[in-house]
Amino acid sequence: VKHLRSIEEIGTDGVLRLLDLTDTMVEVNRRPNPRVPALRGKTVCNLFFEDSTRTRLSFETAAKRLSADVMTFTVGTSSVNKGESLRDTIETVAAMGVDAFVVRHGSSGVPWQVSRWTTASIVNGGDGWHGHPTQALLDAYTVRTALGRTGGLDGLRVAIVGDIRHSRVARSNVEVFTALGADVTLVAPATLLPPAPPAPTTADLDEVIEKVDVLYLLRMQQERMQEALVPSLREYSARFGLTAQRAHRLPEHALVMHPGPMNRGVEILVDPAELPGAVITQQVTNGVAVRMAVLFELLGAGRDVPTESTP
Amino acid sequence: MAHEILERNRGLDGVVVLGIQVGGVWLAERLAAEIAAIDRAVPVGSIDAALYRDDIGLRPVSPAARSDVPVDLGGATVVLVDDVLFTGRTVRAALDAVADYGRPRTVQLAVLVDRGHRELPIRPDYVGKNLPTSAHEEVRATADGVEIVERPAGAA
Repeated sequence: VKHLRSIEEIGTDGVLRLLDLTDTMVEVNRRPNPRVPALRGKTVCNLFFEDSTRTRLSFETAAKRLSADVMTFTVGTSSVNKGESLRDTIETVAAMGVDAFVVRHGSSGVPWQVSRWTTASIVNGGDGWHGHPTQALLDAYTVRTALGRTGGLDGLRVAIVGDIRHSRVARSNVEVFTALGADVTLVAPATLLPPAPPAPTTADLDEVIEKVDVLYLLRMQQERMQEALVPSLREYSARFGLTAQRAHRLPEHALVMHPGPMNRGVEILVDPAELPGAVITQQVTNGVAVRMAVLFELLGAGRDVPTESTP
Repeated sequence: MAHEILERNRGLDGVVVLGIQVGGVWLAERLAAEIAAIDRAVPVGSIDAALYRDDIGLRPVSPAARSDVPVDLGGATVVLVDDVLFTGRTVRAALDAVADYGRPRTVQLAVLVDRGHRELPIRPDYVGKNLPTSAHEEVRATADGVEIVERPAGAA
């Protein structure tokens, strides 16, 4: 595998492989000295055209734990502000010798565009409303470990609640959970659904809440208020927020997930620390291990396999 | 081999048996069971050397198996176990992996088959059988026995 720009690109086999590899990385992260020499001499460049502290830190940590060198490029401090084009930026950084770019950009499709201008591997760190594959992988990994599964997620019932339309997290999660055999339901008001929803939809959270294994809450962005897609945050919370009453109706084993940062009082009205099924912190922890697996998979594999030595 | 380990270490104080993933794991468990039958149980675990190899970037990534080190290795006598000793590169990687879990007093190496063709200065302490082979052959060791297969032309 050369790139991870979308879940579709690696397929179900690729997803399962990365989840298995993540198990190895989780073990590395539990050690007193969580660092292995696997990617010595490789350089990973984080290109963040959109602010995201947690994703950036997670990728940086992942690369460092594999002993790769890390460069981080954020727009705030770069020559993009001096009018340099995306292509010039990429070609300049690539000329310094980069083995992988992690690209985060506000426009969909930028990772594909970037891969045309460089021979380095590309990891999509979130592009527009399109996708966020490493988030989806870490979510799938979190579910798999929390529920004690080993292979796929056959028959698992997942409800993704919130602004599906503008959410790259929702899109990639639908892809990954569907690829693993889970049944995904999208819960949102009609105004926050995309024109062709990738999974069955409902506007009634109360109808599905007792029948889910995973309740995935999305971040409700304030901008959506200005666009008048929802009448008010209070109204949204009343219909789609996880209230104390709804939390009681969740099945005992059900997991509650959120990609962060959380809007307390909007999509989540209970303290997640008091929810037995909340795995929001585990999501963050697993994020580092998943990104280690992705970087190792992309950079650790040989382009040509030697003929002389075997294990 | 279990007797040799007991004799060489004058008992079992601090002895930890670690199988190298993947081929050494079953063997480490068998060896630990034999040791337990003779004397007493010792900690047994596994070590995955995939992230320490010197040929990363030269071969495909295999979804690595996990390391499982049951005790702190500081001051321990680690007996590394593998099925077939060939170039010695896996053992070198496993030594690096062991070092990340602590500083053992000594590390010893037990292998079922030594087939020669070393590329590094590595020598086993306990050998089941020395098996002279050609570099074009492949040696497979399982609980049922050892077989030598002609490597298909062109394969790695």
